[in-house]
Amino acid sequence: MTDQNQLLAEIKDSYEEKYGFNVDDSKYSFKGQKGLSREVVAQISEMKGEPVWMRDFRLKSLDIFLKKPMPTWGADLSRIDFDDIYYYVKASERNEKSWDEVPADIKYTFDRLGIPEAEQKFLAGTGAQFESEVVYHSIRKDLESKGVIFTDTDSALRDYPDLFKEYWATVIPPTDNKFAALNSAVWSGGSFIYVPKGVHVEMPLQAYFRINTRNMGQFERTLIIVDEGAFVHYVEGCTAPTYSTDSLHSAVVEIVIKKGGRARYTTIQNWSTNVYNLVTKRAVAYQDATMEWVDCNLGSSITMKYPAVYLMEPGAHGEVLSVAFAGKGQHQDAGSKMVHGAPNTTSRVISKSISMHGGRASYRGLLKVYEGAHGARSNVVCDALLMDDASRTDTYPSIEIDENDVTIGHEATVSKVGEDQIFYLMSRGIGEEQANAMIVSGFIEPIAKELPPEYSIELYRLVQLQMEGSVG
Amino acid sequence: MSAVLEIRNLHASIDGKSILKGVNLTVGQGEVHALMGRNGSGKSTLAYCVMGHPAYTITEGEILFDGQNVLEMETDKRSRAGLFLALQYPVTVPGVTVANFLRTAINARRKAANPQDKGISIPEFRKLLTTKMDSLQMDNKFAGRYINDGFSGGEKKRAEILQLATLEPKIAFLDETDSGLDIDALRVVANGVNSLIGPNLGVVVITHYEQFLNYIKPEFVHVMFEGRIVEEGGFELAEKIQEHGYDWVAEKYATVQQ
Repeated sequence: MTDQNQLLAEIKDSYEEKYGFNVDDSKYSFKGQKGLSREVVAQISEMKGEPVWMRDFRLKSLDIFLKKPMPTWGADLSRIDFDDIYYYVKASERNEKSWDEVPADIKYTFDRLGIPEAEQKFLAGTGAQFESEVVYHSIRKDLESKGVIFTDTDSALRDYPDLFKEYWATVIPPTDNKFAALNSAVWSGGSFIYVPKGVHVEMPLQAYFRINTRNMGQFERTLIIVDEGAFVHYVEGCTAPTYSTDSLHSAVVEIVIKKGGRARYTTIQNWSTNVYNLVTKRAVAYQDATMEWVDCNLGSSITMKYPAVYLMEPGAHGEVLSVAFAGKGQHQDAGSKMVHGAPNTTSRVISKSISMHGGRASYRGLLKVYEGAHGARSNVVCDALLMDDASRTDTYPSIEIDENDVTIGHEATVSKVGEDQIFYLMSRGIGEEQANAMIVSGFIEPIAKELPPEYSIELYRLVQLQMEGSVG
Repeated sequence: MSAVLEIRNLHASIDGKSILKGVNLTVGQGEVHALMGRNGSGKSTLAYCVMGHPAYTITEGEILFDGQNVLEMETDKRSRAGLFLALQYPVTVPGVTVANFLRTAINARRKAANPQDKGISIPEFRKLLTTKMDSLQMDNKFAGRYINDGFSGGEKKRAEILQLATLEPKIAFLDETDSGLDIDALRVVANGVNSLIGPNLGVVVITHYEQFLNYIKPEFVHVMFEGRIVEEGGFELAEKIQEHGYDWVAEKYATVQQ
């Protein structure tokens, strides 16, 4: 924490070089046609060599996607042109198992993302998604020996067909919403994790995602199964290069946590500000199981994302800790869904949003308690920080309680960075820009401290970058 | 050579309302001044104007410090030049620890003085902070708390004096640092301030009570009334105020104005 400001200062100089990469388009081994049709979907399935049931699943999902209307209740999605998107791009013919085999230019890209370094430090395994396909994946021997599966979703379909089929689309069916249907039709890549009974994966499992082709949609699909009494922490960090035309990112993440298990899913989303980020994330938690979403949304043009926990059996616990940063031209429509379907289930939501330079942050939350879920407890806290008068913040809480014996807390605050706060920091010799950054860093500190240390630093850095030029 | 703060014919307003109406005050490094007066007489406004609070507009006059035109400097630059204000109502900054706040402030100073400066090392900073906190009888845990967040009145005032001690300014305004303190806390804070006063630090103590002044013992006492300094003297002036209150000041100067 104490070195943070220095680190923040340093990244300004090298950020564009480090994160703003671009790789020669011609090296992609396959780039399908733009637009969506039964042919495109069937071709994706065929190229991947999938079983017939998956091809049929994709085609059925396509039908659902085409039938469902665009959601109109949230952010403005009218500018998405589904015909102007590549739905499948394969960056390299086959999966790379060891770092030495990764092609040089891709490696160069990852180098600038700092992946090898991070791995040396304490990665348990890395699934780094470059474009739609996972090109590099390694799992440490100790994880393998414990029976932990950490692979890309395409490989999982091939290598663990029974396990895969048992859980696939059970948490988020294609009928769930239009974008879940789209993902189901054209999904590619993503992570597949299985943690056997009683196994605690102590180190966070991490994956980096990139969008790196103009107008390319990215539709990764992640499935995590935490067996009884097991634990895993999955970290998803996104840093995207800048492109001039719109790009669509629509992921689906499904998590199943069995009795007494615990999963934490951490995201740092920093898509470039032309990306539509429309993600469906949901976990089901069974008896005494715990699900924690730690969700940081900094980038994208529009994000719509409401991580959900379905608390299905007694004693289940769900958490969403989120930060949203809406800068110029951005709309972060993020929130949470907590569904209490059993007695003595508990949930906690802490949502913090920052709006500046005319950006808009919305908290949209659902709290549902079914009849019979007696003793359910839930606490929701939404704090919004407005940096200037041009920006906007909204809260849309939806609370449906069908049970009397519950304890529910909901509070929402909006604060403006006051001139008194800025004056106070400046009166101690701190410059205005740094004073603003300190106030914002302090505001998100309760969430940042929940992140693994290097991600915490990255979050502070990204926030600092977002705030650059905020003075004057 | 010791630095001098010179306030000349200062007029200031807030929201169009005139508060300061021609203040003259000169404070040298190493001097101890008291600025007294009723609520609303302009004492805090004067301190804020010296520090450059954006809510106030200077309509006339000048402030010079160490030969520099203070009114042309941003607040952070004024601080780095050696001016300090201990606030009457210190501001909460959630999520920012006392230690982080002070270290950032120290490094901002060092960086401004020398752009190549790498900042104070963590061991060096810890040692500095521990020494200063010990002198103010502050628990070490204090450093890890968020600045002024959930602090008691006494803790806030002590935290202000800790900043004073750590940042080592040349001239400091203490705006009612004594208010809201019980007698024991008052003694600790006063002893802390006394230990800092010396050839390198001049202070202007803003108060309406004499109690604090008994500890600090100012050499120069100024009484404000309706936006001006109207009476000046030595410690005996503070004693006179303590004995007779401000009514005589009001009677003497209200008539002049009308």
